[in-house]
Amino acid sequence: MVKDQEYLRSKASFCLDLAKKLGATGSSVTVGHSISETVNFRNNTLDESNRSDGLAISIETYLGKKRSSISSSNLLDDNIKTLIEKCFETTKNTPEDEFNSLPDKDLLAKEIKNLNLYDETHFDNEKKIEYLKELESVASSEEKIINTESSFTENKSNFILANSDGFCDGYKSSSFSASCVTVAKDENSMERDYEFTSKRHLSDIKGAKELGQKASEQTIKKLSPNKIGSEKISIIFDKRIAKGMLGAFAGAISSSAISRGTSFLKDKINEQIFTETINVIDKPDINKGVGSQIFDSEGVKSDTLNLVQNGVLKNYLVDTYNGKKLNLKSNGRSGGTTNLYFDNGNISFEDLLKSNSKHIYVTETIGHGSNLVTGDYSVGATGFLIENGEFKFPVNEITIAGNFKDMFKNITLASDLDFEYSINSPTMMIEGMTVAGK
Amino acid sequence: MSNFFDKSDLTRKDADAIVSDTLQNCDDGELYLEDTKSESILLDDNKIKSSSYSSDLGFGFRAITGEVVAYSHSNEISKDSLKKSSENLKSTLKSMKGTYNQDISRSNKKFYQDINPIEQKTLNSKLEVLNKVNEYLRKKDQSVKQVTTSFAGEQKSIEIIRSGGEVLTDVRPLIRFNVSVMLEKNGRKETGVYGIGGRQSYDEYLKNDNWKTVCEEAFRIASVNLESKPAPAGEMKVVLGPGWPAILIHEAIGHGLEGDFNRKKTSAFHDLMGQKVASEGVTIVDDGTIDNRRGSLSIDDEGTPTEKTVLIENGILKNFMQDRLNARLMNTKSTGSGRRENYRHVVLPRMRNTMMLSGNQTQEEMIKSVDKGIFAVSFGGGQVDITSGKFVFNCTEAYEINNGKIGSPIKGATLIGDGPSILKEVSMVGNDMMLDPGIGTCGKAGQGVPVGVAQPSILIDKMTVGGTKL
Repeated sequence: MVKDQEYLRSKASFCLDLAKKLGATGSSVTVGHSISETVNFRNNTLDESNRSDGLAISIETYLGKKRSSISSSNLLDDNIKTLIEKCFETTKNTPEDEFNSLPDKDLLAKEIKNLNLYDETHFDNEKKIEYLKELESVASSEEKIINTESSFTENKSNFILANSDGFCDGYKSSSFSASCVTVAKDENSMERDYEFTSKRHLSDIKGAKELGQKASEQTIKKLSPNKIGSEKISIIFDKRIAKGMLGAFAGAISSSAISRGTSFLKDKINEQIFTETINVIDKPDINKGVGSQIFDSEGVKSDTLNLVQNGVLKNYLVDTYNGKKLNLKSNGRSGGTTNLYFDNGNISFEDLLKSNSKHIYVTETIGHGSNLVTGDYSVGATGFLIENGEFKFPVNEITIAGNFKDMFKNITLASDLDFEYSINSPTMMIEGMTVAGK
Repeated sequence: MSNFFDKSDLTRKDADAIVSDTLQNCDDGELYLEDTKSESILLDDNKIKSSSYSSDLGFGFRAITGEVVAYSHSNEISKDSLKKSSENLKSTLKSMKGTYNQDISRSNKKFYQDINPIEQKTLNSKLEVLNKVNEYLRKKDQSVKQVTTSFAGEQKSIEIIRSGGEVLTDVRPLIRFNVSVMLEKNGRKETGVYGIGGRQSYDEYLKNDNWKTVCEEAFRIASVNLESKPAPAGEMKVVLGPGWPAILIHEAIGHGLEGDFNRKKTSAFHDLMGQKVASEGVTIVDDGTIDNRRGSLSIDDEGTPTEKTVLIENGILKNFMQDRLNARLMNTKSTGSGRRENYRHVVLPRMRNTMMLSGNQTQEEMIKSVDKGIFAVSFGGGQVDITSGKFVFNCTEAYEINNGKIGSPIKGATLIGDGPSILKEVSMVGNDMMLDPGIGTCGKAGQGVPVGVAQPSILIDKMTVGGTKL
């Protein structure tokens, strides 16, 4: 069982009291406990079981504008005492920083809304095994599939965040995830693909058959790929890749990148950075949302943010420290975005495929090719060639490149958004990028 | 050395008894105890942005029978917690029966000293170096707009208790020093990053004002990039510089030669043992035994002494890298490559210091031989798809080559290639093998472990460069 609020609260107040006794002018502490159980299958047999039980504590102490932090997984009072002493000693020796501060009191979350983030159902290992057996029997049924690996993880966690300004709250959350990776082989190639599902509640995850079926189909489709020539061509990003563009965007509008001047979106507030039809929203209070939160990692209440409206950048993601630096109030985004998504476009998926005579449809990218300082983007890619709205053949060993500044202004979104993950995008088309192949 | 039992109700005797009882019907397994102290100090935007310290203690208990691995970990070292883990392992493996393999090789060799780098230098003296770095770079040139510099240090103590009471221990220091600088000139911004590190004290790396060399290198890379032009797109010849660019070897070849992917037959290399997979003259080793290197280990995380494993010898595939599980299932021996990020993770076969050895050509000859291509000097990260064999890495410093001469610097571009065939495209191997500066972290299955790489300059006849200029 995951530790209850009472236990976590007692540890938290022990820390705050001790820091105060030592002379700290402020402090904050997070105590968390998480239990997760995973079962892995491979080629229709049990491969691994993994149980993880972890407590964690992190403490920040302030002396005026001086600050430092410690973290530990050892919650014995003796150890915590030694660490807080060490932490405060370090704080004293750390130079002042005028922007160091606990969050403004009036921004702290006041009420804990119930967002249904916790499902107490325990799906024991026997049941996980049944699910994976069913999944793998479907995934491996095609002759071309030569290897299957699948996994089921159940996680339950609980935490308390407390600070010396009187904030003290936390809540339980859960997640249930299943994934399947399949390898297919024919006379020309060996390919791998995957499918996964992750939800707060057990009853919401995809069925075993659906998961296995999808992974198998997607993998077989990739067999016998071709390399294509180098050219400028319209690119369609499958949803699972399109959401990565939002990830890069979120990195570039974090208040830390903005205040340090290391973002290509610095000073772009109220400017047109996307096509006029584009809206980007970060919504923390989606019922059962994978990325939902009631307050951020500093205790600041998070409200829905319209980050981009009609293509115009409206907000950065602001935490307390960088907010003070930029003269902005924290908007509860210490720790990043919550449920981030592009609103639907107004063209159907089918019509998007037909919108040009030729596209590359990208289903996977590899490499870390996003430079958030310059906006340059270059990654390896695999996918399919689409002609006149139809999938022609799989393509691999190509790269796609461009610059986010231009790419954002050439985005067309389909109308097929759904809320599978914490970042979601409809299928996305970007015109004018360079493909390098032969 | 940590004493894992002095503040716990669990005695060593109890632990031995629980381990032996749990593993009696298993093929392999152990109790792994770990105590890590780590610190990180970061200067950014003219200020000490964070100074943090972390102490992490816990155990991972593993039981293996046949191909099935049962694992349970906790950060509560107590009798109750270990018993709970034991029950969890037993329930997974209840219907199976194995024979415990007592055999584990032993060695007294140590490749680093038993030190705690964090305590060897005071906080103030570390802060002083970081402030000096910041001042030095900002004074150096008006174009310097941002400086980030950091220290990271850790000491990890591990103890492995096997069934029958055998105990193996190791204490591992690790430090890293990093400098990142952003320049702005005529409205353009570019970053340069450089770092050094390994398994020694901070002072070993910082003596003789060595931090200045690190600053100069970061500044030089950023300056080069300020002048960079769009990179070309398409297939061409690529000359790789010595040292860190060997992450190409790590991504393209290294991962595909890890035992697990080959036992599971998901690696493009699984049926190529003994065959020619690289040009003649190409020899690649994975070596855990180089003194004080980031990827070195006296024993791996299963207790096996590390070694220098020959992977490819003169073009022929000779060995895979193995942990105990995959070695047993493939009827071979562990190469001391069983590693884990920490007690929260299962052991996997991993690289240590992966090196392509020197040949006898010069970098000059290589460049002269290229009509149209690129010269890549430094890289950011890389990634590989083990199954299709396709791999990428991103240039952070590269130049055009035109008619045998180095031309303008080019913007960061991704290079993409095919692992099993790329080494057959190597047509020249340089005489200038160099180790990387000690900065690599390799990710696999969500676990990051410190690694090293090395190589001489090499010429690759055909690779796809992912620029924007057609």
